[in-house]
Amino acid sequence: MSTSWARARAHTGWELRLLLRNGEQLLLVFIIPIVLVLALGRTTFVPGGVDAAIPKVLTISILAGCFTSLAIATGFERRSGALRFLATTPLTRANLLTGKAFATAIVTLLSVLVVSLLGIALGWRPAGTWPVAIGIAFLGCLTFAAWGLFLAGTLRAEAVLAVANGVFLALILFGGIIIDPTQLPDALGTVIAFLPSAALAQGLTQALDPNPTDAAQLLKSVLVLTTWAVTGALLARRFFRWE
Amino acid sequence: MTTPALWVSDLWVTYGTTRAVAGVSFTVAAGQITALVGPNGAGKTSTVEVCTGLRCATSGKVELFGGPPRKLAGRTRIGVMLQIGGLYPTARPLEWLTYLAKLYPDPADPSTLLSNLGIDPKTSVTTRRLSGGEQQRVKLAAALLPKPELLFLDEPTAGLDPAARLDLLGALRRLGAEGTGIILTTHALGDVEEIADDVLVLVGGHLVASGPVVDLIGAGGSTSFRATAGLELGALAGALGSGYQVQENRPGNYLITGPTTPQLLADITNWCAAAGVQATEIRAGGRTLEDIVVEATRNEIAASEIAEAADS
Repeated sequence: MSTSWARARAHTGWELRLLLRNGEQLLLVFIIPIVLVLALGRTTFVPGGVDAAIPKVLTISILAGCFTSLAIATGFERRSGALRFLATTPLTRANLLTGKAFATAIVTLLSVLVVSLLGIALGWRPAGTWPVAIGIAFLGCLTFAAWGLFLAGTLRAEAVLAVANGVFLALILFGGIIIDPTQLPDALGTVIAFLPSAALAQGLTQALDPNPTDAAQLLKSVLVLTTWAVTGALLARRFFRWE
Repeated sequence: MTTPALWVSDLWVTYGTTRAVAGVSFTVAAGQITALVGPNGAGKTSTVEVCTGLRCATSGKVELFGGPPRKLAGRTRIGVMLQIGGLYPTARPLEWLTYLAKLYPDPADPSTLLSNLGIDPKTSVTTRRLSGGEQQRVKLAAALLPKPELLFLDEPTAGLDPAARLDLLGALRRLGAEGTGIILTTHALGDVEEIADDVLVLVGGHLVASGPVVDLIGAGGSTSFRATAGLELGALAGALGSGYQVQENRPGNYLITGPTTPQLLADITNWCAAAGVQATEIRAGGRTLEDIVVEATRNEIAASEIAEAADS
């Protein structure tokens, strides 16, 4: 096996293998979203019950898989010199990134699937425009992956761990996911609405709503996420260091 | 003419205003074991990084099997063992090598390779829990996995116990005999004398000495011995007669420059007996690589100081 696609596939398998047996990563990508579905779907903490909770938890799944988990894993690969060694093998940078992208996508998809099935078990009835929801979720994945790689490629591994977890918690609590920006004071709500987490949560909420009321919000979500994705990708491309 | 495995011409590497490598040129042929030696900061790692495609040269030209080192074609034909890092801490040795094997067109069998290097292929221990010596052996296995035509080894014997070190040196000698070119970067100069064909001495980014090991350590018409530090050099020189210079090039290491003759050896031992000095490691007709590196380092430092004084 030595074609470019075969190497990328081998690296996808390698990333998945390491990721799926790492306790901290599993906690982030699966356990926390499951606990949140149960907590938010069966309580009145989020108005709207399980229907309102699922888009928010899906946002958290994407944030956990594509940002926090990816950043931490890549940061520690840099520190261990593993990426430096791989750069001397036939694995090209494109193979490595493709492998990481597929592994991250597969894990995030699994997390989204688990959250969705659990939501259905709790009474969530998926509706709305699915292609739009998938498109927005994909854009969210790209956005958070770009920022995760930027973080992992610029800071020390320990700092990546601290910042990635800190940002994860901060965005869940104050980034427009759990608390809708419209429920916050005007000025604060306006600022938070421009965070990628808020844009993704709002976009998924609108896309999965059987009676969408705010098409402008959907467009705004797409624009905000695209801006963050492009900025993150440019920064990652410019500042990412492999060792 | 056969294309050399590695061809380096007038290589320069600078980091900002710091010059790491300054105009180094050399070639490595198939089956040749070449050692890259020198003090810390000599430019060895930078040179190897450019040759393995990890870093771009500031100027100069490097060809790996006739092409740029970053090209995929070259990377399938080399094996690299890094001094620091290069393992996934949470991976088990066999799964790491099995994954790497999928990247190469004709890899060695990972289980056999690990077994040959004394690592149990079935071990469930992750690499971060292996001892330093075991980690070295897993890294070596990863370097040998592609059945490389050119092997880059950075301090391969670091952390190995004496028996494992001898095994490794024997294995490298066999690889060289089978046609694998080897670039060995190390501070273990005794290992270099044992297995290397050629040696490149880098100091301050400059190639200050190079050539076959036997020529380098045999050159200069010198004899050395070890004894208590601080012997009276004038008295010793007087006992040896004219035509000989004596210096203590390292504490307790005496280097006598001049023709090596049976009479010289007799004069040294006679003087030591008369002075009540126990001489050890008398080495006739040559210097050690350590002598050469130490001397080259001092010369380079002296030259830098003269240049700095001239600039100011």
